[in-house]
Amino acid sequence: MSSQNNELYGLMAEFSEAAALVEASKKAYQAGYRKMDAYTPFPIEDLSEAVGFHKTRLPLIVLIGAITGALLGFGMQYYAAAVSYPLNIGGRPLNSWPSFIPITFELTILVAAFAAVMGMFALNGLPQPYHPVFNVPRFAAASRDTFFLCIECLDGQFDLKETREFMQTLNPRGIFEVDP
Amino acid sequence: MPKSGSAKTPEAQFIEPGHTYGSVTDKITSIVLTRKTPLSWFIGFSIAFLLLMVFLASTGYLLLRGVGIWGINVPVSWGFAIINFVWWIGIGHAGTLISAILLLLRQEWRTSINRFAEAMTLFAVAAAGMFPLLHMGRPWLFYWLLPYPNTMSMWPQFRSPLVWDVFAVSTYAIVSLLFWYVGLVPDFATLRDRAKARTAKVVYGMLSMGWRVSAKHWHRYETAYLLLAGLATPLVISVHTVVSFDFAMAIVPGWHATIFPPYFVAGAIYAGFAMVLTLSIPLRKFYGLEDFITMRHLKNMAKVMLATGLIVVYGYTMEIFTAWYSGNEFEASMMANRFFGPYRYVYYSLLFCNAVMPQFIWIGKVQNSPLALFIVAMFVNVGMWLERFIIVVTSLHRDFMPSSWGMYSGTIWDWATFIGTIGLFLTLLFLFLRVLPAISIFEMRTMVEDEEKGMQEA
Repeated sequence: MSSQNNELYGLMAEFSEAAALVEASKKAYQAGYRKMDAYTPFPIEDLSEAVGFHKTRLPLIVLIGAITGALLGFGMQYYAAAVSYPLNIGGRPLNSWPSFIPITFELTILVAAFAAVMGMFALNGLPQPYHPVFNVPRFAAASRDTFFLCIECLDGQFDLKETREFMQTLNPRGIFEVDP
Repeated sequence: MPKSGSAKTPEAQFIEPGHTYGSVTDKITSIVLTRKTPLSWFIGFSIAFLLLMVFLASTGYLLLRGVGIWGINVPVSWGFAIINFVWWIGIGHAGTLISAILLLLRQEWRTSINRFAEAMTLFAVAAAGMFPLLHMGRPWLFYWLLPYPNTMSMWPQFRSPLVWDVFAVSTYAIVSLLFWYVGLVPDFATLRDRAKARTAKVVYGMLSMGWRVSAKHWHRYETAYLLLAGLATPLVISVHTVVSFDFAMAIVPGWHATIFPPYFVAGAIYAGFAMVLTLSIPLRKFYGLEDFITMRHLKNMAKVMLATGLIVVYGYTMEIFTAWYSGNEFEASMMANRFFGPYRYVYYSLLFCNAVMPQFIWIGKVQNSPLALFIVAMFVNVGMWLERFIIVVTSLHRDFMPSSWGMYSGTIWDWATFIGTIGLFLTLLFLFLRVLPAISIFEMRTMVEDEEKGMQEA
């Protein structure tokens, strides 16, 4: 129930195969662990599901960005042409909306792209130069060819001895303690 | 240790067999981190930097003396500046197509070429962007193109394609940069973890934003990457469409044609793939990357080049047909001028380079020879420049009123500025090759996994 050792961030298991990690994550989820994460050198489908991550709000954020950009682009041109500095050119409509389309479109894309990038970084909590997992020297291999599963101390079910035993059943290449 | 496939059959994989996640990583990062910089890099960079100095000199003289040093006159008031601008922007489009459109179409062969193709886009847009700025009579007033708050209550002319260009090209540059940077973040993490030198670790570490390859992060990352690709696809089409509007919105014969937007976009992809081939063939040779940029990649790129080349030829054909079918004497006169007027040899060269040369790609032996593909690609690069020359000059030098007719040729400063931008492009490219991974490392790892799966199923 409660962890005996409060001076740890968590326990980390190392795997050499992607499939092994996905299996292990699913087992850990089934065993009731929730506060955990997997670390892989490339994205693996289904893995985020397996560690309990479901839906991201990013598409909504991008949509909001796109709408903002469109309103900004059209609004700016409308304001300039119809309100701020209207020019009577042969009696043509001040709100010449067809000619406003290209710039509106470009600004839609621009603001949506910013929303996608900044939204993704913000939701991921990046930049975050320090994180406890970097304290494990072996973890440098995660960005090369090794796969890790880390179960955090803060998880309700975490118990140093029991969780370590559970991890052994997953057949990892190694188990490490992660300092905070 | 990676065992590269010895015989490259025409049906070679997208990655040569025998690679692991580790070997893929090591091969690409070693170019940046461990291998001694090859002599060929120094030679290439020196030439590039020399040309960049030519750019500096010609820009300096231009700012000092004004655009009169160029060959522009009345009636041909737009010359090399617009030709080069369109040429460079067109080249950039292939990078975005490879990065974004091939991603959405799930074409795995994009993986080993998308990083440097996207870099090529950025550098091409940088080179292109020089021309709208420099060709202004008063370039120090360039900011008047932007809607900034000012005391004169002045706004840019939002109804003008030239202002649309400002927004389109700026958006394209920024979105391409964002897309490229996002793609680089996991590779920065790899470089951070592999670098031994302290400076390298710190710089790559900062650029990686502390990326820790978490699965949850990857999920959002993939979502963002797909969304960016979805945004970049209509963007790239819109950018060259807006560029074509620079011409199509005018009334001059030869410009005012509804075929221009698709014709320009196809032409851009055509020119762009020619440049990607021009760059990737030496790159894979000099850096020993044939395992990753295989013959299959070269063949696919050549086929895309051929396909878009045929679309461009269709454009030429329709231009000729419409000039006759429209019954419009000015249109017909313009087309006759292209075939029989003072610039006819340029036009014939254009047709040879763009319509005839790429047909060699139909031949299997040409498809399998990197050298042959390189030569064809060079012809297309030149041909596409000639196309923009013909479009701009033949329509301007003889339009409606014969009394206004004139001639145009580039001065030494026109050529120097153009060659200078090639120097800018190549300098940036060589710097990129030295400090950044030229191939997307984490995406190549997924190719290893797929190949292993394929072998298990076999």
